[in-house]
Formats: sequence, structure tokens, C-alpha cells
Amino acid sequence: MAERYDVLVVGAGPAGLAAAQAAAGQGARVAVLDAQPRAGGQVWRHDVRHAPSAAAARGIHDGLKPPIEWLAGTSVVAAQGDALLVQTPQAARWLHYGNLVLATGARELLLPFPGWTLPGVVGAGAAQALAKQGWPLAGKRVVVAGSGPLLLAAATTLRAHGAHVVAICEQAEASALRGFAAGLWRWPGKLLQAGRLRLQLAGVPYRGGTVVQRALPAADGCLLRAVGIAGPRGTERLACDMLAVGYGLIPNMELARLLGCATQAFGAHAAVQVDARQHTSLDHVYAAGEACGIGGVDCARIEGAIAGLAAAGAAVPAGLLRRRGHARAFAAALRRTFALRPQVHALASADTLVCRCEDVTLGMLDGHADFRSAKLATRCGMGACQGRICGAALAELGRFPHAGSRPPLFPARLSTLAHAEPAS
Amino acid sequence: MNDATVRITVNGQPVEVAEGCSVAAAIARLGVPFRRSVRGEPRQPLCGMGVCFECRVCIDGVAGQRACMLQARTGMQVVTDG
Ligand SMILES: Cc1cc2nc3c(=O)[nH]c(=O)nc-3n(C[C@H](O)[C@H](O)[C@H](O)COP(=O)(O)OP(=O)(O)OC[C@H]3O[C@@H](n4cnc5c(N)ncnc54)[C@H](O)[C@@H]3O)c2cc1C
Ligand code: FES
Repeated sequence: MAERYDVLVVGAGPAGLAAAQAAAGQGARVAVLDAQPRAGGQVWRHDVRHAPSAAAARGIHDGLKPPIEWLAGTSVVAAQGDALLVQTPQAARWLHYGNLVLATGARELLLPFPGWTLPGVVGAGAAQALAKQGWPLAGKRVVVAGSGPLLLAAATTLRAHGAHVVAICEQAEASALRGFAAGLWRWPGKLLQAGRLRLQLAGVPYRGGTVVQRALPAADGCLLRAVGIAGPRGTERLACDMLAVGYGLIPNMELARLLGCATQAFGAHAAVQVDARQHTSLDHVYAAGEACGIGGVDCARIEGAIAGLAAAGAAVPAGLLRRRGHARAFAAALRRTFALRPQVHALASADTLVCRCEDVTLGMLDGHADFRSAKLATRCGMGACQGRICGAALAELGRFPHAGSRPPLFPARLSTLAHAEPAS
Repeated sequence: MNDATVRITVNGQPVEVAEGCSVAAAIARLGVPFRRSVRGEPRQPLCGMGVCFECRVCIDGVAGQRACMLQARTGMQVVTDG
């Protein structure tokens, strides 16, 4: 059976929830879907041990309030005309829309370095997500590394789950961090947040200009035992049970690409291009939040509200547009502060694996002019993740520009593909 | 927050975790690899959010499921590829 919604929102993070709330407030028939079993997206991800913040509880409640329909654990497999083919663990069906809001958020940029495939090496945001979903951390020694404010948030969560955070290694130079802190008065809310995180992380060394060069295995070769770091004080070894390392965030672009939305450069990556009303290059498609470039939770809320109003055919108040400008300015300042240094791009050596699915090393890609030819010759990017990890890493390292994604977005069941045409 | 637990088996071994925990968190309690790579290396979750597929395991007979994306439910039978 085909269902039809005035406004269909993909992604139940802060942006998608704000869009649903705003559109439903205009009387539109709205549904929100998310591949995750619970709403909240990244920053409001459900924590099995700790109660949500008041903002998260309110945002989730208001964004899913009936008559808004909430489609949990639902992923998009294909798109055609004004319909999306979606599947849950049980079934597949087509959802038709008047207007679509892409609030697909972001994921971590994970870069290769010697030892990064060892069990115990995870992303920084990944460690936070795993912790919230009950990953055993009590008494575990964790080094948090990479770049960006997410390292502080991740360290706080890890601590709250009983981990011992050995150190936070931030690749940005201490001078850049000081310059950024000095400009924070322009965003008082952020200043307060930064102060609160510093307090929660009292006693944890925060080292600027420091990079994890390698992850070192225990004697059996199979488990992480220590990391080698390099910073202003030279090189050093830190013993640990887990390394949580992430180099910032990049927009999730699969669905926007599949639909054919125009994109704009986001560093070496891409973001969805939108106008002042969060309208993409396609008639009935809007986008909001991290999908349009990393902007943080406040920006995601504002853009979601704008997109929801616009998708429901309502006027957008000037105040919202002004607030978005302010939030995006903060994001730009963050990006300047945490720009990756060349040292980070040089961590992988010829024998470091870049494609974890097919075990392809960086050296095996030598001599290939583009991702396509490298794929055909080495199977790089042809595995289960469909090039999501290595494709982003290789784009960041300046090896190959990003290759587009083709349906299905994620491996679909054959029974789902049997629904290949939407019923109108 | 909640004292309810669920019981699943991982490679035949019973594992009990708090309700709401992911299958990945349950497997982690045993410390076994989630899968073996093409070259035979042990692997565990990397991204924690459904992107990397390093956490894929067989759940109730269905292979290739991402353990980080699914909540553990009583009775689930998980088999790792390690
Ligand atoms: C791992 C991680 C941890 C983070 N932790 C913090 C933090 O602690 N503090 C902070 O301020 N910021 C954090 N961030 C930044 C965070 O992305 C933003 O602040 C905020 O969550 C952005 O909101 P959003 O709605 O744009 O996207 P998200 O919150 O990322 O929500 C997007 C949602 O869309 C869903 N989705 C994407 N594609 C599809 C699809 N094709 N089909 C179905 N569903 C789909 C995803 O499952 C996700 O739930 C984190 C980011 C990441 C990646
Ligand atoms: S840990 Fe990456 S998909 Fe599950």
C-alpha cells in the first residue's frame, strides 16, 4: 500500500525533529523516518544509563508528537518521482510525499593511520555512541584524539560511563585553540557550554598540536595496548585499552546524491546546496542541519524549523533567518580553528590499509588516476560499506575526489527490490 | 535508569545486558572479534553508527546485520564471524 504525506522528513535528529514540528504546526500531514531504532540523531542519541538533557527530551517529544507519524528503524533504499522506497527489518513499501526534507545529518571523518584496524580503535563520536548504547567501559583506559569540539563531548560521555580518559589529543595547535576561545564571547551560549565541559573534564590533560601516529598491538597482535603520539613535547607512548579518534564531521550525502540535489564543496567533501528557505536545487526537496554543512545542534534546530515551515508552504520569520546566520558564523569559526594540519594527511604509509572491507593498502592504489579505475583493479570501495569510509578518507587525503553513490543506499533485501516500481 | 535486562546468546554463550543496549554492546562483553577481514584480521566496530559495517554479524540466521544499529532483544541468537 502506498502512503502519502504532505511533508516527509528523513532523519530524526535535531534538524529533522524541528522540521516535523514546524510543518505539523502548519497543519501538514507529516512523517519522520530514521534508520536508527530511536529518535534523537547523534547529539540526542538515547543513553541506556543516563537520562536525556531537558533540551533533548523536549526536542524529541515535540518532534514526534501525534499526529506526526514516526517511522523508526526505517531506511531509504531507492527513490523515484515523488516517492521513496523504504525498508524496515520486517517489510518494504513506498512512501509518497508532497515535499521532502533531508535531515540526514553527519558522520565522522575517519582517517587511516598505522594500526587503525586493531580492535579497540574506534571513532571519537563512535566511542560516544557505543558508550550510550551500553558498550562496557568501566575502568577502561581511553585516549581520545583527532580534532574538534566533539572530542570534549565524547570524553565527557566516556567518563560518565566509567572510563578513565588518559588524555585528549587535539591536532589543532594550542595557539589556534586560544584564538578561538578568545572569540567565544560572541556566542555566549557556546562559552557557557565550553566552560561546563572543561569542568566535567577536570584532571584530563587536553593537549593541543598532538597527533596519534600509530596504534600499537599487544603481544598477540590482536588487541590495542598503546598509542604513539607526537606533539610539541616530542613523541611519547600512552598505554590504553581504547583509542577514540575522529577528525571532525562530514555531511551524509547518499540520499541527496541519489535524488540528484546540487551539492557544494565542504572542504574535500560535499554538502547539500540550499537557498535561504533551505530549498535544494530540486522542486520538492528541502534540506536542513549537518547535511548542509557542519553547523552544530543550534544551527540544525534553526534550519530544521525553516525547512519545515517552507515545506509546509508557510512564511519564514526574519528572526529565524538572522539566527541561522549567527549559527553558521560560529560554525565557520570552528572550521578555521580545527582545520586539519598536513601532518594528519601524512599519517598513513604505503602498507596502511585504507579500504577495511577489502583489505586494500594505500600503496596498492598507486598509479590509478581515479577512484573508478582503482576500484576495478583493487576492489577498494567495493565492500560492504560501499566506499563510505575509504571514499571519504581518500578524498580528504587528496587522492580521489568523491565518487557518487548509486542505489541501493544500503544493501537491500531481494524482497525489497521486488517492489522496484512505486504504486501511484 | 532502568533495571530491566535482556538475555541473548553470542556464539552459544548467554549474555545478559540492560534493556536498550545494542547487540554490539552485548558482543563486546565477551571480547571476541565481530568479524574477520579478507586477510583474516580480527575486527570490531569502528563508526558506532551504521556506516562502516565492521560490526556485521549473523542474527537469528540472517547474515550481514550491523550489530551497532540493533537493540538486543531477549532470545536473539548472534553468531560472530570471528
Ligand atoms: C557520532 C557523532 C556524535 C556527535 N556528538 C555530538 C555531541 O555530543 N554534542 C554536539 O553538540 N554535537 C554532536 N555531534 C554533532 C551533531 O551531528 C549535531 O550537533 C546534531 O546532531 C546535528 O543534527 P542533525 O539533525 O543535522 O543530524 P543528526 O543528529 O546526525 O541526525 C541525522 C539522522 O538522520 C538519519 N539518517 C541519515 N541518513 C538516513 C537515511 N538515508 N535513511 C534514514 N535515516 C537516515 C540518521 O540515522 C540520524 O539519526 C555528533 C555527531 C556525530 C556524527
Ligand atoms: S560499527 Fe560501523 S556499522 Fe556498526
